[in-house]
Amino acid sequence: MKLTVWTYEGPPHVGAMRVATGMTGLHYVLHAPQGDTYADLLFTMIERRGQRPPVTYTTFQARDLGADTAHLFKDACQDAYDRFKPEAIIVGSSCTAELIQDDPGGLAETMGLPVPVIPLELPSYQRKENFGADETFFQIVRHLSTLQPKTERITCNILGPTGLGFRHRDDIEELTALLYDIGVEVNCVAPMGSSPGDISRLGAAHFNVMLYPETCEMACRWLQKTYDQPYTKTVPIGVGATRDFIAEVAQIIGKPTGQIDDSRLRLPWYSASVDSTYLTGKRVFLFGDATHVKAAARIARDEMGFEVVGLGCYNREFARDIRALAKDYGVEALITDDYLEVERAIETLTPEMILGTQMERHIGKRLGIPCAVISAPVHVQDFPARYSPQVGWEGANVIFDTWVHPLVMGLEEHLLHMFREDFEFHDAAGPSHHGHAATPRMPAAAEGGSMPAEGASVSTDIRWLLDAEKELKKIPFFVRGKARRNTEKFAADRGVAEISVDTLYEAKAHYAR
Amino acid sequence: MNKPAALTQGSCRDAPILKERGQREVFCGLTGIIWLHRKMQDAFFLVVGSRTCAHLLQSAAGVMIFAEPRFGTAILEEKDLAGLADAHEELDREVGRLLERRPDIKQLFLVGSCPSEVIKIDLSRAAERLTKIHAPHVRVLNYSGSGIETTFTQGEDACLESMVPVLPKTEAAELLLVGALPDVVEDQALKLLDDMGVGPVRVLPAGRADGIPAIGSNTKFALLQPFLGETAAALTRRGAHHIPAPFPFGEEGTTLWLRAIADQFGVDDDTFERVTAAPRARARKAVAAHAADLTGKSIFFFPDSQLELPLARFLTRECGMHALEVGAPYIHKGLVGPDMDLLHAEVISEGQDVDKQLDRCRAARPDLTVCGLGLANPLEAEGLATKWAIELVFTPVHFYEQAGDLAGLFSRPLRRKGLLKMEAAE
Repeated sequence: MKLTVWTYEGPPHVGAMRVATGMTGLHYVLHAPQGDTYADLLFTMIERRGQRPPVTYTTFQARDLGADTAHLFKDACQDAYDRFKPEAIIVGSSCTAELIQDDPGGLAETMGLPVPVIPLELPSYQRKENFGADETFFQIVRHLSTLQPKTERITCNILGPTGLGFRHRDDIEELTALLYDIGVEVNCVAPMGSSPGDISRLGAAHFNVMLYPETCEMACRWLQKTYDQPYTKTVPIGVGATRDFIAEVAQIIGKPTGQIDDSRLRLPWYSASVDSTYLTGKRVFLFGDATHVKAAARIARDEMGFEVVGLGCYNREFARDIRALAKDYGVEALITDDYLEVERAIETLTPEMILGTQMERHIGKRLGIPCAVISAPVHVQDFPARYSPQVGWEGANVIFDTWVHPLVMGLEEHLLHMFREDFEFHDAAGPSHHGHAATPRMPAAAEGGSMPAEGASVSTDIRWLLDAEKELKKIPFFVRGKARRNTEKFAADRGVAEISVDTLYEAKAHYAR
Repeated sequence: MNKPAALTQGSCRDAPILKERGQREVFCGLTGIIWLHRKMQDAFFLVVGSRTCAHLLQSAAGVMIFAEPRFGTAILEEKDLAGLADAHEELDREVGRLLERRPDIKQLFLVGSCPSEVIKIDLSRAAERLTKIHAPHVRVLNYSGSGIETTFTQGEDACLESMVPVLPKTEAAELLLVGALPDVVEDQALKLLDDMGVGPVRVLPAGRADGIPAIGSNTKFALLQPFLGETAAALTRRGAHHIPAPFPFGEEGTTLWLRAIADQFGVDDDTFERVTAAPRARARKAVAAHAADLTGKSIFFFPDSQLELPLARFLTRECGMHALEVGAPYIHKGLVGPDMDLLHAEVISEGQDVDKQLDRCRAARPDLTVCGLGLANPLEAEGLATKWAIELVFTPVHFYEQAGDLAGLFSRPLRRKGLLKMEAAE
């Protein structure tokens, strides 16, 4: 058993739902107890879908336990077929049904439905949501794709987008346009937007774009092995990665791509412009799914001029990749699905910015550190109405704006330093565009058992002299916590019991970069 | 007292009930934790379940999950399923760690889930054992919030029921109010009763472990919520007497609820009138402001919380709506009978086959549909105005001062539908 409050990933059957919901003409019959229908609202609320997910639940109750549940499953399966007339059906168990050991695959097979029935084995007590999506898509591809003659023109499939995917909707559009520029047409986007019929035609493409390895890597590998379709390894998020992606495609199709129109790309100039000078060396911490963290690390260091002080991911499937990446950046990799560990890492590293998930946004809020969201899991505000891809040229523009927005911009940071005694720039005012800035909490107001308040002392043996305490308050709030901790550590290391103004500045000089 | 003017005549207590079985689009009882933990300030709710349970709580709790909530899930892992002997050791260890980290916790609820019920982890024995280990500082109780046994608000019923056997005994003649309400609403109820001289009044659940009420054969209890059937039965088993009444929604519901208690405690008509006249007038006025948007409109309830019948009674009688179908997950006539006496609805249904019910809803084309979040946007996309039901459980809606707000929850989606105009301006 493991005590959990927050989970980065849902159970694997939610991953299967993401595949089913992304597709058309496919229905998922899920053997699950009453109550598991809660997952519908992820799609109808967070993603704001106007249709119910194509999922029929058996919703068995205590009185059904026993021989009854197998019948219930068959009835649900038949009803779902009769009502929705899907082109194909996937069947499987949720965590509770896994325990009662009805065999949905076997039961459905004996019913003789006139459409393909694909059984799913999703081990709920070992694996999670992303595995569920990857495995489900792989099984669908394995069951439904057929050998096809290659299209005359050069085409590819875009694989990986699903329901409830972070910016999947707009990434597809941006990537389709980019590929068109290179002279590659899209044969099929899957699972999102595909029907079982479309899946059967996957083999006609010349190659596959592995857009999100988390949800399609198994399928990509199988397609390579079975239909000799190579797949791209670079995810085109960020300027450099997009250029690498274009080069990779050129190599796969065996001809140069010619002049690529990147006139819409603004990140390089924005990042080079003088107002961005203050971004230099901003210390950032990265956490999320492996794919987005990998992409974000490169953008952060090479395209924004940040310093990556820590990175990690929650999906263990990619632990090896992320460890290798961390090595490149000279930092420790954090592979965990426990948000408390992430919180501890952030506290220790005291970054100036966090790039993470919805959870890190809240950790950032609590610690008074600016944060931008780069990865699922996300909340409703990260399924925006406006066009906001992550991939390609427009994706780079979106990322620049998103990351810079929570930071105090150059001129403003300068003013805050210059006029920090001024009543309008007093230290609790915070960045002007933040309406309700995270006001630093008083150390005395720390709640028992939870988190140390912003700027709380690390030690109780060390006393701050009044002048030093006053001087500390002059330091802008967003770095004050770090200054306090550094000074106390500096004092503790030297056995100094009382911190004076001198100690404060000696510590500042000591830690100066 | 003045009899409230009946706007719609009828009684559906003996009307045939459409009972359905099939796919149920409802929450499980674990969801009750979301509001129960806010009410019981020194309690922690530990679900023993799967990742699905943790994911459900996270999805239902929304933003609350980030405020150091007093609930969590001990997620069963592969090795817990292999042999049962381990499960208890594992649980003891997790509970030990939890209580060490949260010394402020006085009551710990081990909450059963579908997985823990199916593999039959004996959580009641675990609760007894852990109570001994952690006594006297922490009391450990157990109930099931599993989907196979409970639907949504029944989780609160199961939780309160688990507390009844361990309530201290008393012979005092006291009134017990049962059901977790927002503090502001509870205070209003207590003040009204106090002004009438009814008392002493206790509440279950209490805000803190030290406020736990006592109970005995002289206790009379009134329910604040219609979904507390098991709790009512447990209280009755301990000798307490139930005061049947319609539930305190709207001016009429609140007045009838207070009247039933006042009658039991010998409050005279003049006192009753003096205490209730002003808030009744206020409530009627506040409801009237919204009733204009609701009068003559039809409403269709999907089953969710068991609040459906009392709410339909309020909306038909005080807001002039017309009830097409009122669906409830369970209908406990002993509790909602007084509401059914006052309600006229074309169809009353219990249980659910969601696809068939959706067919009926589409055919009826109601002006307003009350349903869960999994159905709301899809129905809106089909052009039907909806009111999502879960809000009715979280928002203060009981008693006089909230009567207007309650009507407002239903009129707002209709007003919004009227306001949005996307066409060109000619």
